[in-house]
This record gives sequence, structure tokens and C-alpha cells, in this order.
Amino acid sequence: MSGIKSIENQFNSFLKEIGELSYFAGRYFKEALKPPFEFKELLRQCYSMGNRSLLLVAITGFIIGLVLTLQTRPTLLEFGAVSWMPSMVGISIVREIGPMIMALVCAGRIGSGIGAELGSMRVTEQIDAMEVSGTNPFKYLVVTRILATTLMIPLLIIIGDAIALYGSFLVENLKGNVSFTLYFNQVFDSLEFGDILPATIKSFFFGFAIGLVGCFKGYYCKKGTAGVGKAANSAVVFTSLLLFVIDFIAVFVADIFYEL
Amino acid sequence: MKETQDIANQPKNLERPPIVLQIKDLYKSFGENNVLNGFNMTLYKGENLVIMGKSGSGKSVMIKCLVGLMEADSGSITVMDKDITTLNQETLDILRADIGFLFQGSALYDSMTVRENLEFPLRRHSEKFDHKTDTNTMVIEALKNVGLESAIDLMPSELSGGMKRRVALARTLILQPKIILYDEPTSGLDPITSKEIILLMKDIQTKYNTSSLIITHDVDCARYISDRMILLIDGVDYTVGTFKELSASNDPKIRAFFKQ
Ligand SMILES: Nc1ncnc2c1ncn2[C@@H]1O[C@H](COP(=O)(O)OP(=O)(O)O)[C@@H](O)[C@H]1O
Ligand SMILES: [Mg+2]
Repeated sequence: MSGIKSIENQFNSFLKEIGELSYFAGRYFKEALKPPFEFKELLRQCYSMGNRSLLLVAITGFIIGLVLTLQTRPTLLEFGAVSWMPSMVGISIVREIGPMIMALVCAGRIGSGIGAELGSMRVTEQIDAMEVSGTNPFKYLVVTRILATTLMIPLLIIIGDAIALYGSFLVENLKGNVSFTLYFNQVFDSLEFGDILPATIKSFFFGFAIGLVGCFKGYYCKKGTAGVGKAANSAVVFTSLLLFVIDFIAVFVADIFYEL
Repeated sequence: MKETQDIANQPKNLERPPIVLQIKDLYKSFGENNVLNGFNMTLYKGENLVIMGKSGSGKSVMIKCLVGLMEADSGSITVMDKDITTLNQETLDILRADIGFLFQGSALYDSMTVRENLEFPLRRHSEKFDHKTDTNTMVIEALKNVGLESAIDLMPSELSGGMKRRVALARTLILQPKIILYDEPTSGLDPITSKEIILLMKDIQTKYNTSSLIITHDVDCARYISDRMILLIDGVDYTVGTFKELSASNDPKIRAFFKQ
């Protein structure tokens, strides 16, 4: 009985959290459109996010490309379909694996970083100090960070995708003597506008979700050092969950457009 | 409560300086936790008013209501003849430029250098000063006041606790406030550093003729700096008087503060 109660409580607090997050998102749009704009801080955030995540995204992308190709190769060989490799890898990386995995990696790197940073600023009263000195902390800290992730995550995903494809090409080049031009010609021949557009739109939503949840968790961080750790941790958990939900919705919507 | 009445009903001094800050009947609770239950306070121009209370008695909550960082449940808060509970954001920000706030843990922005920390309040309040004085001179001047010109390019993490408190004080002073609110200015510091900070506070008071509200639970701090004191007990202004009067009291609740 108590088990059911606790599940019910968890579900209720989850719903409450969704409500608060939506309100937070609403406030973001309201404040993002109001001057003064914090361009300098936005650029600084973009730079530091890109700088911190580029290597991670590159390594992850490269390994995904390698592994995907190495593992599917024997199967394709069996069916005599190795020449399909570039198309298969291209479509699966660009449409699904690239955006999803890069976004998860960035949630771990950037999302938790934002949660911890804003959380510790909240706990040590830095956010209050900003407010009394006449700078709107929501604009200066939250709006710039959410904008920065919304812009930078898609960029990081594109870079990660490109490196993943290059990793895949290396395997094909070593094992099957496929040339660079041939490989990438095939990749781009098989990719259609209908593959690239939904993936790009999706990655903007991924970026928005990572920034939004990280800021939300950090901005409303509970007092005490335990609060900061919890903010960072729950930012990653909640974002990851949200990423899968967004992915599901994106595939669903894209599917409807294909039918038309 | 008898004693409260006695001290509060002292003969009213007719040439009292003007009132700069007044709280009447302030109530604030967090759920079941009634923190403030009708708190009253008056700060006169040029005086050092100390508010003493146990840890967790609501001193920080009171001072945060005072600058609009927290919303009071009821009661009126008047700062320089303006009721801050009714002000819009813009007017509140202008008023805040005249109120300095020294936070309990210094609250320096830890991603910025000392110089950037001091420049931060100037971003929004440059109109308060004539355009001839440039930011750099103002920053250096403020740091000179606290004896830390040499730390201008350091990061907060490179400073000791006492230095952090001084930089925070300089950041508070840079807008040349008329009222300074100190939230436990000596907490977490050793006795010698505490004494230095207290002397610095006195210097500033004489140099700029500011009115100060000092929150503390440090008896020495109260002894050195207070013109008048208020004891915050059970969410009300339990008693008002000078350090001498209160430390000679026989009321056990008051005595508890002065027992070493
Ligand atoms: N944001 C908040 N939410 C809930 N309770 C709070 C909050 N801020 C302070 N409190 C509670 O108010 C009481 C007084 O806190 P505070 O004013 O910080 O004490 P102090 O006198 O030591 O500065 C404490 O019991 C604290 O738990
Ligand atoms: Mg406090």
C-alpha cells in the first residue's frame, strides 16, 4: 500500500515540476524579448560551452562512427550489401544516433555544469547580489544560457555527426579501400532534405531543453551544499528523460509529414 | 514584555535626525514556520543600528524583505519615504542604488575578477554619476577605501575570508549608497580580522556619513559599532536600547545575548 502511495507522490511531484518548468519557460520567452540584451554575456557563454564540449563531442562522434561501421560490416558482407554502408551509416547517424547521443553527452557536460554553477550562485547569494545591484539575474544568467545552448547544441551535433561519418569512412577505407570522394558522395546521395530538416529542428529543441532544465534546477536550488549537488544531478536526469520525450515526439511528427 | 515598553517609551528626543528606513508590523512565514510576527524598526539618518538575534531567528529574512528580495506577507516597509512593497521594478532598482547590501558570505561573483566584481553594479547605474569619472578610477578608489588596490586582478578564490569581505564592502560602496545594510559582517572571520572589518565600517560611516543597519550575533561587533540596538526574539522587536542599557538588563531573555 505504501509503495503505491509513494509512487503516487512521486508522480504528483513530477507533474508539479512539469508545471513549474513550463512557467519558467514562459518567463524565459517574456524576458528574452525585452531589452536590454546581454550580448556580451551570451557570446561568452557560447564560447565557453563550445570550448568545453568540443573535444568530448569529437571523441564520442568518432567512436560512434567506428563502432557502428565495424559492427554492421560482417552482417552487410553476408548479404553482399557492403556498398550500402555509407547510406546506412549516413542516415542513421544524421537522423537519430548523432543528435541523440551528442545531446545526451552535452546534457551531462553542459546541463549539469549550468545546474551546479547557478545552484552555487543561488546558495552563496550571488544571484541576490546581482538583483540588488540593479541587474536582472534572470536575464543575465538564465536567458543568456538557454539561448547559448539553443544555438550551440545544434552546432556541436553537426560537428559530431561529421566526425562520426569520418570515423566510419576510415573503417571503410581500411577494410574496403573506399575512397573519400566515393564514400561521401554516397552518403550525401542517400540523405534527403526530409532527413536533414527534422534532425536539425530536433537538435534546436534538444539544446533548448538542456539549457532550460539546467537553469531551472540551478536557479531554484535549495540552500546548502547538498542542494548544489542535487541541482546538478537532477538536471542531467531530468534533461535526459526530456530528450527522449522530445525525440519521440519529433519522430512522430516527422512520420506524419512523410505520410502527407 | 514590561521592559520592552519601558525602553521603547523613553522620552522622545525632539531633535532626532530624519528617518531613512522604517519597518512596521512585518509578518513573514514559510508554510508552518512563522519567522517574523510583527517586527518594527526605525533607522535614523547617520546612525548605526544593530539588530541582534539568534541564528535562524529571521534576521536575514527581515533584511531581504527590506530590499525587496523577499516578499513580506504583510506590513509596511518605507525606505527614504518610498513604500518598497508598492514600487515597480524600475523604481525599485533606482532606489536600490542608494542602498548598499553586504551579504553574509560576501557573495562575490566567483567567475569574475575583483575588478569585474566592482564594475558589475556600475553597468546599470552609470547614470548616477557624471560621465567624467571613468569606471577605472571609481574601482581603484573603492578598493583604496578598503586597502586592497593590489588585489584588483585576482579571482575571488585567491582571496582570504577577510579580503573577500573587504572586496564585498568595496563593491557595496562603489555606488555611494546612503544606507548600508550589513548581514553578519563578521561571521566566519577570526577575532582580529573581525575587528579590522568593524573599524573599516566605522571609517566608512564617518567618511561618507551613511546610515547603517547591522545584523549580527557577535556581541563585540555590537559593542564597538552600535548607537542603538534592537533584539529580535520570537519574530518581534523584543526590546530597543543602547548597548549599555541592554547589557545591564535583568531580563533573562536579554541577558542570554550578553553572557560570554
Ligand atoms: N527561502 C526560504 N524558504 C523557506 N524557509 C526559509 C527561507 N529563508 C529562510 N527560511 C527560514 O527562516 C528562518 C530564518 O532564517 P534566516 O533569516 O536566514 O535566519 P538568520 O537570523 O540566522 O539570518 C529559518 O528557520 C529558515 O529556515
Ligand atoms: Mg542570516
